[in-house]
Parts: sequence; C-alpha cells; structure tokens
Amino acid sequence: MSDKEVKNLEDLFDARIARDEKIEPKDWMPEKYRKTHIRQISQHAHSEIVGMLPEGNWISRAPSLRRKVALLAKVQDEAGHGLYLYSACETLGVSREELYEQLHSGKAKYSSIFNYPTVTWADMGAIGWLVDGAAIINQVPLCSTSYGPYARAMIRVCKEESFHQRQGFEIMLKLSNGSQEQKDMAQDALNRWWWPSLMMLGPTDAESVHTAQSMKWKLKRKTNDELRQQFIDQTVPQAELLGLTIPDPDLKWNEETGHYDFGEIDWDEFWQVVKGHGPSNKKRMKDRVGAWERGEWVRDAAMAHAKKKEERKNQTKKAV
Amino acid sequence: MNKDLYNYIIGIADNSLILGQRLGELCGHGPSLETDIAGTNISLDLFGQVRSYFQYAAQVSGDENATEDTLAFLRIEREYKNVLLVEQPNTDFAYTIVRQFYFDAFHLLFLKALETSKDETLAAIAKKSIKEVSYHWRFSSDWVRRLGDGTEESHTRVLEAVNELWMYTDELFHQTEADKAMIAQGIGVETLALKETYYKMIGDVLEEATLPIPESKYWHKGGKQGIHTEHMGYILSDMQYMQRTYPNMEW
Repeated sequence: MSDKEVKNLEDLFDARIARDEKIEPKDWMPEKYRKTHIRQISQHAHSEIVGMLPEGNWISRAPSLRRKVALLAKVQDEAGHGLYLYSACETLGVSREELYEQLHSGKAKYSSIFNYPTVTWADMGAIGWLVDGAAIINQVPLCSTSYGPYARAMIRVCKEESFHQRQGFEIMLKLSNGSQEQKDMAQDALNRWWWPSLMMLGPTDAESVHTAQSMKWKLKRKTNDELRQQFIDQTVPQAELLGLTIPDPDLKWNEETGHYDFGEIDWDEFWQVVKGHGPSNKKRMKDRVGAWERGEWVRDAAMAHAKKKEERKNQTKKAV
Repeated sequence: MNKDLYNYIIGIADNSLILGQRLGELCGHGPSLETDIAGTNISLDLFGQVRSYFQYAAQVSGDENATEDTLAFLRIEREYKNVLLVEQPNTDFAYTIVRQFYFDAFHLLFLKALETSKDETLAAIAKKSIKEVSYHWRFSSDWVRRLGDGTEESHTRVLEAVNELWMYTDELFHQTEADKAMIAQGIGVETLALKETYYKMIGDVLEEATLPIPESKYWHKGGKQGIHTEHMGYILSDMQYMQRTYPNMEW
C-alpha cells in the first residue's frame, strides 16, 4: 500500500471514530491504534489479576462469614474482569501467554496502587471505597471508547466495580461507627491509601505522554488532572460522612473554582513505585510468577489430555 | 436445646467451613484464571452452605448469643468436628483436586440422602446444595481424569495425592453418637449405606484416569471427635484472628 493510500485509510478511520462508530477486530486499523490498545487493555487486565493479591491476603482472616463471602466474590469478580479484558486484548492478535510473559518480565505495567501492602482489615474497606472509586472514574468513560470489544468489556466491569465501591464504603462505615479501635483502624487505612489513590489517576497532564493521542481515539475523555479533581470532589464529602479526616492539611473548598484545593502529591514516590521499587512490587511479581510456574504442569496436563481425547475420538471414527 | 441435632448440624457444617477456608487460601494463586475462578466458586458455595447450617444451629442451640459467626470463629479446636480430609493442606494442585474429589463424591451422596431428612430445614439446605455440589464433583473428577491421563508428570503427582489422601476417606462414613441418634430419628443420613456407591464412584473415575485404586486399609480418623491433625491449629489461628483480637465487635 502506498503512503497515500494509508493516509486515506487513516482519514476514513479517524472519521469513523469522530462519528462515534465502533471499531471491530476485523476492521482495518492503524498499527499504532492496535499497539496502543494492546498496551492499555493488557495493562488493565494485569491490574485486575495483580489486584487480586492484596485483597486475597485477607480472605482467610475476614472477620465474619458475611464479609468473607463478599470478599471472595469480589476477588473472583476481578479474576472475571481479567478474563474478559485478556479476551478483548486477544482480538487484537496477541495471545494471553504473550501478555503474561510481558507482565512477568516487567515489560508490561499494572496499576501501581497494588504495590502497597494490605496490613489491616480496614484496608479492605479503603481499597473498595478509594481504589475502586478512583478506578470507576477512570473507567466509566471507557464504556464508550472506540474499540468495540474493550467498550463492551468495560460496561460489565463498571457495573461490578460500582458494587465493589459501595461494599468498601460499607466496610468503612461499619468501622467508623464501631469501637475506638475500629475507628482508628479506619483512619489509619485512609491515611495510607489516600495519596496512592490520587496517584492512581496517573501523572500530571504535563508529564503524561499518551494523553493527546488517547483523547483522539476516545481511550480517554478527560485528562488525568481533571479525573483526579473529580475523584477528590466526590470523595471528600464521603470522608466527612464517615467522620474521617483526609490526611492533607492543604485540602480546602475553593468557592471560586467550585472544587477542592489539595496539597502537593509526592511524585517521587509515584515514580519509585512505577519503576518497581514500591513496598510490595517484588512480592506481587513473585506471587504471580510463582503461580504461573507452579501451574505449568497443570496446564500441560490439560493440553495433553485434550489431545489424547481428540486422537481417541478420531480413531473411533476411523474404525467406524 | 436438642443437643444431638445441634452436634449433627455442626458436624456437617464444619466440613464445608474448613474446606471452604482451604480453597479460599488459593484465591489469586491458581494455575490459570479459569481454575482460580472455579476454585473460588466452590469455596463460595461451601461458605454459603455453612451460613445456612450455622444459622440453623444457632437457633437450635437455644443460646441467644449464638450466631453464625460465634459458631464459625469462637470455638476451640477440639469443638470443630470436620473430618481430617478437608483440613489437609494445599500441597499442590494435585492434592487440592484429590482432596476435593474425595470429599465431593461423599458430599453429593450425603446431600442426596439428606434431602429426604425428616428435618425440613436440613432437607431444604440439602436440596439447594445438591446443584452446587454436582458441579463441584464434575469439576474435581474431570481434573482427576486430566491429571491422571495427562502427562507423565501430572500422572505421578496426582497418583501421589491419591495415595496420600486415601487414608482419610474412611472417616467420612464414621458415625458419632449424635449421628447415630439422628439416624434413628430419620433426620440423619445413614452413611454406611453410601460407602459402596462412594468407592465405586471414586474407583470408576480413577480407572478412567489410568490411576490404580489404592489398596491400603490403614485409615486415619479423629476429626469427628475433634482430634485433628496439626494443620488445624494454624487454620484456626488464621481464620479466628480478627474475632479473637477484637472481641465483641461488629464488622
């Protein structure tokens, strides 16, 4: 194809997106669109499955049967999200094994929030309330993104995420109305998860390398800073309702802008975690890689068994 | 309080509780996303059953402070009456599957019999659970076939688990005093009548899986009397951690 022809195709492609048409797996797409989508969707899928670990850490110790069941179901939902996101990614011509390989080798990233340890039960509340809250803000716009399989996966994901967020808030509410120990536990969790949750919405616009292109493809509808502001505005009244204090002395309502002003985010910490040196990066990867390696003989057995069954079926057919 | 009925319910529920707990430990660490989801599903089903049993047991106990959570989290080790099989560790995927397989065959037969219990609550719980446990059995027996008739490595591993866990199967059929009293009243399941079918179910799958049926007759028991293996204390210290550290709180 000549450069001119490609240019024509690209113009037609851009026009389709501008008309809000969905791009489907068999449609022509620019190579960069394909690559960007593989990167973003797989990063999202990886976040779901690595995200199972910090919460999975409390399943065996959940304080009541009701909480244990809810937590198990939540972590299972995350595995389900991982599954449909990997499937959406596979429609772009990459296999799940390749994607895992990228995760395990450190080439692919996942949300840095999961590199913080879950040290008390209240962290289950804080993660649901704050982390899922921030995730929803990030993800709702993706329900109408241009790539069809991703948009459809996101509709399901978002429905479940908002349920998780309410569940998290409810854990926090119970703690806040509980004993002094429970209140302290809730406040401590908010103190530890607040800043990482703000960082979760990505680097400031000035530092964000992918924003412009992603906006054009509707992979993004708002900039990171706009999303962060939205998250803060939404969460501060919720913290007040819980009777908890957000750990930011500079946080205050600004009448003029109609938004909350907030303090400086420690971006050095953010980049340290992104680069693999957060409190739990090594543990998370060790757990993921470990599960994958320990599971190899199981996956091999399933393949070998399926092959044997197929061969036997063929032999029976021949005999008939 | 009907002490025999109470003890009978506890005996059934504890099997699901401890197996559910063991499966819960694996959530996020499975060999593939699909098996991870399936294992969690089974764990969820078991905990759902546990809640129904414990809510009923709390009611039967006559103790107004008893709840599903006091029964799940605040007993001492000797008061847990699960069979030794379900507390065995997640040594590897083969052990996890074989433990499940040995239990599911029993569980399915047991529930089918419990469905005709004269106790309406137990019959209703059994009815609801049969559908779930049929799926558990399908999952675990399919995996025994895959692992047995898969690769050389999977065959060796699953064979080891089949042999190592075999000694815990006989206890499934043991009867405590409470069991006997409930059987006499038409409430409990006559487990001895299930034994032959059970070993046939297990044997058929093992044969398909190209695995020899273990011959050992050295059985281990004790769980139903509350005398557990050394694993149990660790399961409980993990499971009871919050309730013991922060007593009398709501979560």
